[in-house]
Amino acid sequence: MEKEFMDNMMEILENDEITLDDEFRNLEEWDSLSYLSTIAMIDDEHELVIPREDFSNLKTLRDILKYIKKDKEKNK
Amino acid sequence: MAYLHWNNIEIAGIAAAVPTMEIDNRNYSDFFTEKEAARVIKTTGIAKRRFVDENTTSADLCYAAADKLLSDMSIDRNTIDALIFTSLTPDYRTPASGIILQNRLGLPKTTLAFDLTLGCSGYMYGLSLAFNLCSQPHINNVLLLNGETKSKTYPKTDKSVALLFGDGGTASLIRKTERSNPTFLSLNSNGDKWEVIQIPGGGYRNPTSPETLKLRKREDGSIRSNEHGMMDGAAVFDFTITAVPKDIRETMEKTCTSPEDIDYAVFHQANKFITDHFSKKLKIPREKVIYSLQKFGNTASVSIPLTIVSELQEELKDTTKRLLMSGFGVGLSWGTMITILDKCHICDLVEI
Repeated sequence: MEKEFMDNMMEILENDEITLDDEFRNLEEWDSLSYLSTIAMIDDEHELVIPREDFSNLKTLRDILKYIKKDKEKNK
Repeated sequence: MAYLHWNNIEIAGIAAAVPTMEIDNRNYSDFFTEKEAARVIKTTGIAKRRFVDENTTSADLCYAAADKLLSDMSIDRNTIDALIFTSLTPDYRTPASGIILQNRLGLPKTTLAFDLTLGCSGYMYGLSLAFNLCSQPHINNVLLLNGETKSKTYPKTDKSVALLFGDGGTASLIRKTERSNPTFLSLNSNGDKWEVIQIPGGGYRNPTSPETLKLRKREDGSIRSNEHGMMDGAAVFDFTITAVPKDIRETMEKTCTSPEDIDYAVFHQANKFITDHFSKKLKIPREKVIYSLQKFGNTASVSIPLTIVSELQEELKDTTKRLLMSGFGVGLSWGTMITILDKCHICDLVEI
C-alpha cells in the first residue's frame, strides 16, 4: 500500500524524489490541483473521501497514509 | 424527498448559440504563467471558451437559440404556452428578462413567462418546471431558455476562476408526446454552503457602494472586488465528489437503470477531472460521457444542453436514446434526470 501510495503521489506531483516525511504543502509542486488529484486518487484506491477539515490537519505524506490505514481499521 | 416522475412529456428539440469570440486559455491572462495555465487545462479539460462582446447579453444568446429552434422546427409561435428564462446574468435587475423575451420572440400575450435564478443546476430545475407545466391540460409547448455571460462576472486576476467560465445560450422545447417516455428527476439543495460560490456585493444585502467596487488583493494573491464572482474551489470540490455521485447512484437505483441502459451521460461541464472520476466510480463507460468543456468551458446552466447540441447532433438524429443528465453547483443545488430523447431535433450550433 505504501509503495502504491507513493507511486501515485509521485505521479500527481510529477516529482519522483518525494519522501513519506515530506510536508507536502511545502513542496513546490503542491497546489489546489494536486489537492483535487490526491483526494480523488484516495477515493479511487480506497473508497474514502477525506473531509477537508480532516485533510487540513495532515502535514506529511505519512500522515495521509496513516489516516487511510486508520479508516481501513475502522471499517474492518 | 424531491423526486419527480412524469410520463408522456419529452424534450422535443434543442438549439444553442455561442459568441464567435474564442478565448485560448494558454494565453488568456498574464496572471498565470505558461506552466500554470497548462496545468489548469490538463486537469480541468478547459482549453478554450467563448466570450461575448460588451453589448451582448445572456438574453441575446437565448433569443438567437430560440429563434433558430422555432424556425427550424416550424413551430407556430402562437402555440408556445410558457417561457422560462434561467440565468444568473439577466439583462436587468428588474424586470425579468423572460418577459422581455416573450415579446421579442413574437410569442402571444397568453404565454406565461418568468425568470429562474439558478446556475449550474439550472437545466435540471428548469426542466422540472417545464415538465410540470406541460402536465397541465392546456399547456402543450414550453420553451426553456438557459443563458449565461460568465465572462462579465469573473476577473482575469482571480486564480481560482479566471480560466474556467464561458458564455452561451440555449433553447429547449418541452412538449406532450404520445410515447410514455418515463422521465425521472431528483432535485436537492444545501443552503448551509451558500457562501462557497457567490457575488457578495451589488444585491440588496450589500448594495453597490465604493466599498463593494474596490479591487482587493486576496489571500491567494487574486485580485477582485466584492461585485466579482468568487468560488471556494476546494469546498465546491468536496461537495461535487461526494453529493453528486451519490445523487446519480440513487437516481439510477430508484429507476432500476444500469450503466448499460444509458446511451449518453451529460454532466454539467465543470471539470473533466472530477466528472471522469465519478463516472468511473459509477461504472459509466468513458465513451458514454460526453464533453464540450474543451471548447466552451463551464457555462453554468447552459452547459448540458450546449453539450448535447455541440457533441450529439448526429448521434441523436432520427433515433431514440436514453440520457442521464446531472447539474450541480451554486446554491448549493444539484439534480439528476434520466429521460429518453426520441428523434429530438438538434439544431446546428448558432454563432453570433
